[in-house]
Amino acid sequence: MSLLNFFQFFEQSALGDTIRNSVWLFPFIEAFHLVGLGVTAGAVLVVDLRLLGFGLRDYPVSQVAKDAQPWLLGSLTLMFASGIPLLISEATKCYYSFAFWVKMTSLFLVLLFTFTIKRRVTMMDELEVISRGKMTAFVSLALWFGVAWGGRWIGFS
Amino acid sequence: MSLLDLMRSFADSSWSIGLHESRYGYPLVESIHVWALCLFFGLAVIFDLRLLGLTMKKVPVSDLARRLMPWTVAGFIVMVISGTLLFSAIPLRSYQNIFFRVKMVMLALAGVNVWIFHTKVYRRVEAWDRDSAPPIAARLAGAFSLVLWVCIIFSGRMIAYNWFDCDHQPQPEIINYLTSCVPSESEY
Repeated sequence: MSLLNFFQFFEQSALGDTIRNSVWLFPFIEAFHLVGLGVTAGAVLVVDLRLLGFGLRDYPVSQVAKDAQPWLLGSLTLMFASGIPLLISEATKCYYSFAFWVKMTSLFLVLLFTFTIKRRVTMMDELEVISRGKMTAFVSLALWFGVAWGGRWIGFS
Repeated sequence: MSLLDLMRSFADSSWSIGLHESRYGYPLVESIHVWALCLFFGLAVIFDLRLLGLTMKKVPVSDLARRLMPWTVAGFIVMVISGTLLFSAIPLRSYQNIFFRVKMVMLALAGVNVWIFHTKVYRRVEAWDRDSAPPIAARLAGAFSLVLWVCIIFSGRMIAYNWFDCDHQPQPEIINYLTSCVPSESEY
């Protein structure tokens, strides 16, 4: 079974049909996805701004990251829970969408980066963080930018 | 000239048609609107959650406000500018869009909430700055803000999918009333 078959199989599922045949379900799920995006952005930005020397700069990076963590995980869960049904409802379109693959690649990379390198950097001692923090924040923001750009652009293709 | 006429003539302007039909201009403005939303809403959520005592409990509220406010203000300004541009590309249909109207009402309520918070609750911030769970008035302000902004995002997203559009008649009378839609005069 090719990847395209796989996408088509999901598109033809009952869930895909239900969402496609409703006038309000798709935008309704999209709105949840957008709220999730906003909360994810907040939890990411508060840490990345701190790494760049802005925002909560009077507080240790590790503390800011620890406080933001549950909200990052919670909002990511909401993003997946809403994003997967959206994908299923128009899987074939996504398969042929360049923006979709930009988004998926960036998403994979940013999650990998966040839960390995960035996690380690945010738990370092303050002095070590300073030297690597800016680079870490740049990579994180650039990848998240790719995710959001790709996501918004799926709808335009 | 009624507001409806004004929107009608604005919709016929070359600026409005040009932006709406541009290949990259319109999608770009819409993307900027979403990025600004991430900056504004994301950090506003962190602040609201702090008011509710749900995150950054060791950071004094005034510190959080001072450090995050410039970013949320910047995000808000970009949102208003990009949002105005989006409206200008589709003025008549947006004006008669029930979700757009709901969104504007919610925005006004969110503004009132901010005003009450800053003139009443936040004035006495020294008294509860370091409390991990701020007083009830501050928690209420945080909760109202969260609920209103989530509603604003929901209605904002629905604007593009408006299934109560004036040109899709028949619609319930209450909808046509609320959207100043006169079906017989519909241009579509």
